[in-house]
Amino acid sequence: MISRFGSYVVRHIDSFLMGSLLFTMLVGLFVLYSASGQNVDRVLSQAANMGAALGILWIAANIAPQHLERLALPVYILGMVLLVGVFFFGEISHGARRWLHIGLVRIQPSELMKIGVPMLLAWYFSRRDNTLRLSNHAIGALLLAIPVAFIMKQPDLGTSLLIASSGFYVLFLAGLSWRLLIGLAVFAGVMAPIFWTMLHDYQRKRIEILFDPYQDPLGAGYHTIQATIALGSGGMAGKGWLHGTQSQLDFLPERTTDFIFAVFGEEFGLMGNLLLLLLFTLIIGRGMVIAAQAQNMFCRLLAGSITLTFFTYVFVNIGMVSGILPVVGVPLPLISYGGTSLVTLLLGFGILMSIHTHKKLVTS
Amino acid sequence: MNYRSELRNYQLEQHNFRLRLAFMAVLVLVCFGILGSRFFFLQMMKYDYFQTLAENNRISLVPIVPNRGLILDRNGVILAHNFFAYTLEITPSKVKNVEDTINEISEFIEVSAADRKRFKKLRAQSHSFESVPIRTHLNETEAARFAVNRYRFPGVEIRSRLFRHYPENNLGAHMIGYIGRINDRDLTALSESNELSNYKGSDHIGKSGLEQYYERQLHGTTGFQQVEIDADGHAVRVLSSTPPVPGDNLILSMDSKLQRIGEEAFGDHRGALVAINPKNGEVLAYVSQPTFDPNLFVDGIDSESWKALNDSIDKPLINRPMRGIYPPGSTFKPFVALAGLEAGKREPPFSISDPGYFMLPGSSHRYRDWKPGGHGQVDVQRAITVSCDTFFYGLALDLGIERLTSFVSHFGFGRKTDIDMKGEMSGLLPTPEWKWKRWKQRWFPGETVITGIGQGYTLVTPLQLAQATAILANKGVAMRPRLVNSIQNARNGVTTPNPAVVVDRVALDPHHVEIVTQGMVDVTLPGGTAASVGAGSPYAIAAKTGTAQVIGIKQNEKYNESKINERHLDHALFIAYAPADDPTIAVAVIVENGRHGGSTAGPIARKIMDYYLLGKEPSPPVPAAGPAVVNSPEPTHEEELHD
Repeated sequence: MISRFGSYVVRHIDSFLMGSLLFTMLVGLFVLYSASGQNVDRVLSQAANMGAALGILWIAANIAPQHLERLALPVYILGMVLLVGVFFFGEISHGARRWLHIGLVRIQPSELMKIGVPMLLAWYFSRRDNTLRLSNHAIGALLLAIPVAFIMKQPDLGTSLLIASSGFYVLFLAGLSWRLLIGLAVFAGVMAPIFWTMLHDYQRKRIEILFDPYQDPLGAGYHTIQATIALGSGGMAGKGWLHGTQSQLDFLPERTTDFIFAVFGEEFGLMGNLLLLLLFTLIIGRGMVIAAQAQNMFCRLLAGSITLTFFTYVFVNIGMVSGILPVVGVPLPLISYGGTSLVTLLLGFGILMSIHTHKKLVTS
Repeated sequence: MNYRSELRNYQLEQHNFRLRLAFMAVLVLVCFGILGSRFFFLQMMKYDYFQTLAENNRISLVPIVPNRGLILDRNGVILAHNFFAYTLEITPSKVKNVEDTINEISEFIEVSAADRKRFKKLRAQSHSFESVPIRTHLNETEAARFAVNRYRFPGVEIRSRLFRHYPENNLGAHMIGYIGRINDRDLTALSESNELSNYKGSDHIGKSGLEQYYERQLHGTTGFQQVEIDADGHAVRVLSSTPPVPGDNLILSMDSKLQRIGEEAFGDHRGALVAINPKNGEVLAYVSQPTFDPNLFVDGIDSESWKALNDSIDKPLINRPMRGIYPPGSTFKPFVALAGLEAGKREPPFSISDPGYFMLPGSSHRYRDWKPGGHGQVDVQRAITVSCDTFFYGLALDLGIERLTSFVSHFGFGRKTDIDMKGEMSGLLPTPEWKWKRWKQRWFPGETVITGIGQGYTLVTPLQLAQATAILANKGVAMRPRLVNSIQNARNGVTTPNPAVVVDRVALDPHHVEIVTQGMVDVTLPGGTAASVGAGSPYAIAAKTGTAQVIGIKQNEKYNESKINERHLDHALFIAYAPADDPTIAVAVIVENGRHGGSTAGPIARKIMDYYLLGKEPSPPVPAAGPAVVNSPEPTHEEELHD
């Protein structure tokens, strides 16, 4: 009885992926304990976030992919309606308009679009798998550009970047021609100066400071300088858990959220960093295997996009903390404090598991 | 056949997908390789360098907050200054249980319920790693008592902070404004203007009045100190320091003595007064009654005081001189008269015989004069003196609304005066286009008629009215009103004047100005509507009374003030400038529900002018109740009460 119940619960759970995720999140809780100045409440609240996100993961894993396929268009439309709502009625906090009040609930529609955009594009391209033309890619690019533009306008550079990349991955995996890609890269090189003028002052400043953080050591460059000092002084083996001077002496800003990797790197050193990268590589590798084995175009594209977006998260966050990418507000997945992005992430992994575990039922 | 091609397609598709996925896998490995080599570079090759930097990070940069600039009146009387005081502050993220900690502290240092409330409010507005004051203004004993117990309270510290203080309390509060804690909105604004690093260590920012408008000048530049800190984060030794640059001092045009006389002259009345030197635009007094104590706002106002101020029916927080809008009533008439004269209408010896009412051609509706039976034979000068409505009804109609409003707009009606304070209202100068846009209705001739006596849609702020009076007094040369006269560098005492600026020159025939001025001078002489105001004055006062209806009165219904709720009584208005031949002061006064311009608003203006021109201070108020003009010997007393 108990074992039957147990097997029901884990029926759609991929044990390798699940194990890697749980282990990484556990590491995250330990780092958070140190980064928050040994604040148990903070750790417990993050554990609760994780519990809720795991519940979402389980539900997603139990929804068959063909149902998801049917949901793609409605979710996208709902997401767009909410984004437009935010644009006009959103609540402004810290200079950005990201939240929408609906009755008693406060939601952040851009989070919904992190799943909604790749789902819609995967659905769009899977319906046209035999006759893929340039015009299909153009429409796909448009379906991607609209929500990205709205989110960039909020302004939320980090999220719009992630969604743009998730959509791009679908386009690429669906067979965007190489010639066009190279053409686009050249075009981007030309457009970059124009894009530069469209950025907000503070966003521009962040990029400038990236190349020369000492331009403003107490203002915008402070984050980058303090984070690289933390990482560098960690050395080979790190200063040890709870012993990072940078982290413990309050030099590191936002050290429980976007800059938590600096705490990790200071306390666990090069060895720890490489091990964490290995953990992320395992997760990404498993995601790619799931994508490669997926049964139809929709599943393939969606699984590929979710996995590669996770990679983008990791690369952009660690890149910004270690000073090779500009400071954009992207948290370190599974480690940074915060519930909202965790829920979206694990929802994505739930979909991966669903794609993998529902396959056998259909083929047999 | 078909089936086979589909299958082949499927395989081809999967093959292509896997190829692309493999490409991405390589990309992932390359990117992680880049990260790995970056780690290697930072943590192995540059380890020594960063290790030293991390050691040096024990040397911390501490911001030194600059002294905020002082605010002084024109004679050097201090209106806003700073002092150091001890505060007891808690950093919530470093404290296990904030409530318990406060309770333990309160065993040996008094923490009132209001302190707790403010702490709660400030804490909700701050990040958990920012320290929030639980007590301000600790005395030496309390500070010492805490120092002894400090080891018991990690995360709780005594800090010495600069506090803003307004020694004159209520005086000129709306003009001086106040500072308050920096909130999220301020932070966003500062970050957008790239000033955030200059506010490191600053807790306060100008929120209203001059404190807000001149924030950039008053704040100064933050300095920095290199401090060696121990592992607990406490400063051990100062290594080097860049001193802060203190903020500039503001020297106002306002005379605090004059301001006080103005405020006290209002008694229990609500209203506003603005006095301007017409020659250079200096704002000599800027009264908004009732007023409030800006000191309440500095550390975050407690909810009771806030409620009391915000919910009060008297609305003490409203900056009436520039945000209160009122119909100008009869104070509008001198400007209408000038419009008529300049347009070539009503030049003396033209006069009308006033029957006590005016009728539009082809209509039986009577636009009544305030005086039943009329004023008899009236020319333009006498029309101002006795405030003859009938004369101005006809004049306005004759001019037409467009010509009327376009002329008086040169006196600043309907637009901002551009005074050095934020949030000014523009009032309203109605035109047919405006009415069409606003109400989708055409303009009626009757509306032109009542515009002639300052009724209808026309709305002014007291500041606008004072500015218009000043422009008239200065014979058409409009100066920008200035609250700040000069800005003083706090380090070397060098003052930079805030220059007088001519904003407009209205081309006026001096002869016409003279006619209007004479009409206004006669207002304060026996026979005028404010004869008591001019009584005994050694200098000539040019003035005009006005009344603005708060509620409409029906045709054929008589205004019966005893029957009307006090809040529905007419507003009293009064404009004046003096000495009439060479004016150095122009005043506009509005007394809300003060009924008659001559009896309530006029005496206030007189007290201001007496002090400014003669240095004469008003005699202490007579304890007797009743209207201020009760002892007036003037025979025109009866008339006064009607306008």
